[in-house]
Amino acid sequence: MRFLARRLGFYLLTAWAAITLNFLIPRLMPGDPVELLVARMKGNVEPEAIDAMRRAFGISDASLWQQYLDYLGNLARGELGRSITFFPTEVSTVIADSLPWTVGLVGVATLISYLIGTSLGVLMAWRRGTWLDGVLPAATFMHAVPYFWVALALVFVFGVTLQWFPVSRAYGLDVMPGMTGEFAASVLYHAALPAVTIVIASMADRILGMRNVMVTTLGEDYVVMAEAKGLTSRRVMWAYAARNAILPNITSFALSLGFVVGGSVLTEIVFSYPGIGSMLLKGVENEDFPLMQGIFLVISLAVLVANFLADLAYVVLDPRTRQESE
Amino acid sequence: MKIKIGFGILVFFALMALAGPLLIGADPAATSDDGLQGPSAEHWLGTTQTGQDILTQIVYGARISMGIGVLSAVIANLLAILVGLVGGYFGGAVDEVLSVLTNIFLVLPALPLIIVLAGYLPQRGVGSVAVVIAVTGWAWGARVLRAQTLSIRRRDFVQAARASGEGPLRIIFFEIMPVLLPVIATSFLATVVAAILAEAGLSFLGLADLSTVSWGSMLYFAQNGQALLIGAWWWFIPPGLCIALIGTGLALVNFGIDEIANPRLRTIKVKAPRKART
Repeated sequence: MRFLARRLGFYLLTAWAAITLNFLIPRLMPGDPVELLVARMKGNVEPEAIDAMRRAFGISDASLWQQYLDYLGNLARGELGRSITFFPTEVSTVIADSLPWTVGLVGVATLISYLIGTSLGVLMAWRRGTWLDGVLPAATFMHAVPYFWVALALVFVFGVTLQWFPVSRAYGLDVMPGMTGEFAASVLYHAALPAVTIVIASMADRILGMRNVMVTTLGEDYVVMAEAKGLTSRRVMWAYAARNAILPNITSFALSLGFVVGGSVLTEIVFSYPGIGSMLLKGVENEDFPLMQGIFLVISLAVLVANFLADLAYVVLDPRTRQESE
Repeated sequence: MKIKIGFGILVFFALMALAGPLLIGADPAATSDDGLQGPSAEHWLGTTQTGQDILTQIVYGARISMGIGVLSAVIANLLAILVGLVGGYFGGAVDEVLSVLTNIFLVLPALPLIIVLAGYLPQRGVGSVAVVIAVTGWAWGARVLRAQTLSIRRRDFVQAARASGEGPLRIIFFEIMPVLLPVIATSFLATVVAAILAEAGLSFLGLADLSTVSWGSMLYFAQNGQALLIGAWWWFIPPGLCIALIGTGLALVNFGIDEIANPRLRTIKVKAPRKART
């Protein structure tokens, strides 16, 4: 398990880097966030309020090192400060309320996009030279389409013009949140367009990536050998070629996760989906620095966890990473 | 073929950004009484809510969107070259530290970081937005360049340069870097796409300079002007289409280069189509 231990070490280091970056950004960026806030409020702030804000940021006259230790201590207790937008709610509460929506939406959409994209990539490499090659130019185009533009187009066609799907919120105003079938149906119905946006916008990378690795794998001797043995096409395609081509694909998938998360932030905003992306924008628009920072931290840590899950899948699929331990 | 189409698209947009505003001459922010008109002979791409001509905005927006894309790709690639080549050439502890730094920036989600950084900017001008995007976008290039440097630093010509007493900096930038120019070019093109997308995202959220017309800010105003509910498709389709087309052009050039390097990727007709087998 040396492979996993090494990866875990790297993620812990990256988590520390994200936490420290989060501490340094407000202190390194030009201008004092508190001064910025006071200036935007045109001086209509009580001195006590300024003091309270300074404390919320952990900005004090203590040495930078002492501030850093205090910050780490607060973090260890799960304290991210209070949100200014939703005062006096704790930032951690705002995040806890919005995170499940994002994890559900992005998780399911990413999984669907991965499965469809990878399978299409395998098929396109296998049937090279047939009509399936026609998907290539389309995938090349989709690969560069902004997420929020796909979202706008879907809203326009399926939301406004055809009126098939709702275009905002996570569930209807007429249902009570709860463990009822009615509520679940409403959630799925409202998640349809945002999820399709993420699937469409992120799928092209998977198609192109898998096709390229697969095409290279198809030239390997063991694939020719498998065909020569008279194995069925399906078995050669999936069990011999795709089985090996999927390894580099998982690595590139893990690296693209940060990009997918960025895109889904924009998607949530178009659909006013009550996830963490909409909250991030609210935070930035209202100069709610504690909320912004808390959300950046949570998003970064979530991407790290997702990367670690991808590594676990890699270990399951690649026996070589497991043999090292002996 | 791919490279040709790709270059064609890029040249078209480059000409549009450079010469377009001179040809059109009108002010992209000028309003008129013809609000929300569909495409017509007078306004080829229609008008916005306040009667601004959308074609004029697209042409002027090309300057800002592509300008920020290229500017931040230049900054990001300078960083990538510095980190990748220095780490790859020296190896050892220097490389360890630089690699970890690169991998950290590769894993951290770029757009949320850009949004947070933009939130702290006192003024969100073209330059500061480009720098913020570059700071989050250099890691991929650095990783590729490091791997390439590692593979050529033991080559004879590098050994010869070292033996003849050239200093490490001279070797890195005058012996190794010229060999890596094709790799730098591909990484540059990929960074331009990422930067244009990032700028569009930032402007769309209203977090960049909204007083200048860019494709992203056009989409911001389209969204806030309820273009979708009114059914003004001509307002939000063109800016997104331009972004996607530039991305396609850059990707085509990059894929073309990949295919030259790896002939298996080409989409030639294979002699015996696989579907013929059972």
